[in-house]
Amino acid sequence: MVEEVLPLSGMKTGGRARVVRLNTEGAMRRRLLDLGLVEGTTVECLHRSMWGDPAAYQIRGAVIALRRSDGDGILVSALPEPEGGKRHG
Amino acid sequence: MDERISANLLPELDRNLPAVALAGNPNVGKSTVVNALTGLRQHTGNWAGKTVANAYGTCTYPGLKATIIDLPGCYSLSAESADEQAARDFICFGRPDAVVAVCDATVLERNLNLVLQILEVTGRVAVCVNLMDEAARKGIAVDCAALSRELGVPVVGASARSGEGLPALAAAVRKVLHDAPEPRKIRYLPVLEEAVSLLEPAVEQAVRGRLPARWLALKMLAGEEELIAAAEKALDLSFDSLPRLKQARWKAAHFLEEQGYLPERVRDAEASCVVLHAEEICCEAVRAPSACAQRDRRLDRIFTGKWTAVPVMLLLLALVFWVTVVGANGPSGLLSRLFFGLEPHFAALLQAAGAPMWLSSLLVEGVWHTLSWVVAVMLPPMAIFFPLFTLLEDFGYLPRVAFNLDRCFQKAGACGRQCLSMLMGFGCNAVGVTGARIIDSPRERLIAILTNVFVPCNGRFPALILLLTLFFTAGDAAASVLPALMLAGLVVLSVLMTLLVSWLLSRTVLKGLPSSFALELPPYRRPQAGKVIVRSVLDRTVFVLGRAAAVAAPAGLVIWLLANVSVSGQTLLAHCAGFLDPFARLIGLDGMLLLAFLLGFPANEIVLPVALMGYTAAGTLSGAGAGETLAILTANGWTPLTALCAVLFSLFHWPCSTTLLTIWKETRSLKWTVLAFLIPTAAGTAVCFAVAQIGRLF
Repeated sequence: MVEEVLPLSGMKTGGRARVVRLNTEGAMRRRLLDLGLVEGTTVECLHRSMWGDPAAYQIRGAVIALRRSDGDGILVSALPEPEGGKRHG
Repeated sequence: MDERISANLLPELDRNLPAVALAGNPNVGKSTVVNALTGLRQHTGNWAGKTVANAYGTCTYPGLKATIIDLPGCYSLSAESADEQAARDFICFGRPDAVVAVCDATVLERNLNLVLQILEVTGRVAVCVNLMDEAARKGIAVDCAALSRELGVPVVGASARSGEGLPALAAAVRKVLHDAPEPRKIRYLPVLEEAVSLLEPAVEQAVRGRLPARWLALKMLAGEEELIAAAEKALDLSFDSLPRLKQARWKAAHFLEEQGYLPERVRDAEASCVVLHAEEICCEAVRAPSACAQRDRRLDRIFTGKWTAVPVMLLLLALVFWVTVVGANGPSGLLSRLFFGLEPHFAALLQAAGAPMWLSSLLVEGVWHTLSWVVAVMLPPMAIFFPLFTLLEDFGYLPRVAFNLDRCFQKAGACGRQCLSMLMGFGCNAVGVTGARIIDSPRERLIAILTNVFVPCNGRFPALILLLTLFFTAGDAAASVLPALMLAGLVVLSVLMTLLVSWLLSRTVLKGLPSSFALELPPYRRPQAGKVIVRSVLDRTVFVLGRAAAVAAPAGLVIWLLANVSVSGQTLLAHCAGFLDPFARLIGLDGMLLLAFLLGFPANEIVLPVALMGYTAAGTLSGAGAGETLAILTANGWTPLTALCAVLFSLFHWPCSTTLLTIWKETRSLKWTVLAFLIPTAAGTAVCFAVAQIGRLF
């Protein structure tokens, strides 16, 4: 399977993806790591605000809103189908 | 601006009792636990960053003698924002005798990240898994025994709101105070462990048990300069002045570099290890259904949906105001009758006590009148609005507002969290200013501080409601919908003004690009309606009564003196009002009202009462009823245009003294404090001038 890498902010609403790399530096990188956004973490894009930005993501059970400018620095690969029974959904 | 609440942040702390610090992610019910343990009545709310300063109290819980310190919520010990650094400093350098790590059972994995970080600093930790009731409702099961096994410290499940689990928590804290548990260490990547082992002995020699050497060594390797500097300050030594340590640091760093690990990568690896360790623990100890957040998702679709977000927001706002307006009518009339009914008795009492004429006039017409006015007219709306707002807060709605409006703040060059500090401002602007600590970037924090006063605080609502009701409705109670809608409109206006001024600031004196931010949208919680309402009505009442005594009574005294001391044939009051009048007329007010705004500097809720006192200086104010008030105002030349300008000027003018003092404390800068005074004043003057000039054309 060829993995297609895209920025977090480019995720489809309702879609799931796995974090591949953080291209963010400094304080924001630290914040994202503390929120559990390390490589390999599954995230789900829950919904977007009415202006399309920011968007809310399910990350390790918590719902976190991120602006597009920040989501651009997080590279993910889209996951095909929601698998039943996985915890970080 | 970088003034941090310093390491031994609580110098007045009684160290005869053991100090127990409560730490946790924002919004896990820490304040509820603290309140339950101490009987402190700290305001709690369902959003990140509610506790922004370290609050503390003596534990009143049976069998646990300790000082309880409520630390601001933090996601990690390597944080940037002022409130999170305050928490970190106390845990790392404040030498707490025990730390209670409070977690949210519904998002335990994320919470464990902080718990694991704390465990690296101190073993004297008891973990409190709070909100077990919410978790159960969502079908999440947490195995506290397994957690305790995995972490190596006591773990207690609790539902602090109902008091469940608190006895066990108290027992766990006692146990931890008695002998420190041995937490299980996190195993990092072999290469990190290797480097740490190179450095740790030298660190140990330098700190001599005052700080955990392994933890400090790791932070040195990760290049966390700010934290290292804080450690040096706490230990009162310079690490670079110790040759052995300096050499070991160099050696370990060199070793890591050879393996391809620069400090940045060390930091990543460290953070990832902690996160993955938390995941592992949760696999053992937590069972959650795959679709546990369905209810929250459905609610979010309504509260943040593309088409529903704004209508629902406005509807809720109008509903809150409508309930306030309608609910305040009855108590207001009752209090007014009570106070003005008591007045003759009060006067008779003074006379019987042999008080001279001038004194009894001063006390009755000056102090008593103002006091009754503030209590009768200002108290009921304040005591009703506040709890309603608290309910929304408890429910978890406010972060959704921040989410909805974030794009606007982003366009204005501000932080999305500014919206939260703005919402706090509805309760009290001083609280909103302090609340701006949740914003990481100093530039954006200043914007939030300088613009907070643009949202009307609780003390300004009653006057707004009264003026809108008197001048813009038919006046009958059934028409209460109209003032509620107008008030909602005013709030929208104040938000627009906040955005406009934020935008101007970030284009001029506070230039910069919006920095990054992440906002947690916490799980919705069922607000404890009964408890919240009773508590905040009581709290508000006590607060307002206290302020009335402290501020309204002296203000009444001053206005009476001004009205009764004559210089060259005119009272001082007439002199002052006459002096202000030409300018006041320009902006659609009159001299007396502007004087009232000036005298209202200590507290906004006295502005209208003071103005009315001024108008009726001879003491003809016979009641606080709507009819009398309208009659007094119109007799003094008020038109709907005057009322409109008064409303606008009330929205946009200088901050009250408490807020201004808080701004000075937060910024430690005369320049920003002066600007915080001038900016809203200029904005209000400009708006009122424009409205008055345009209004007079018609």
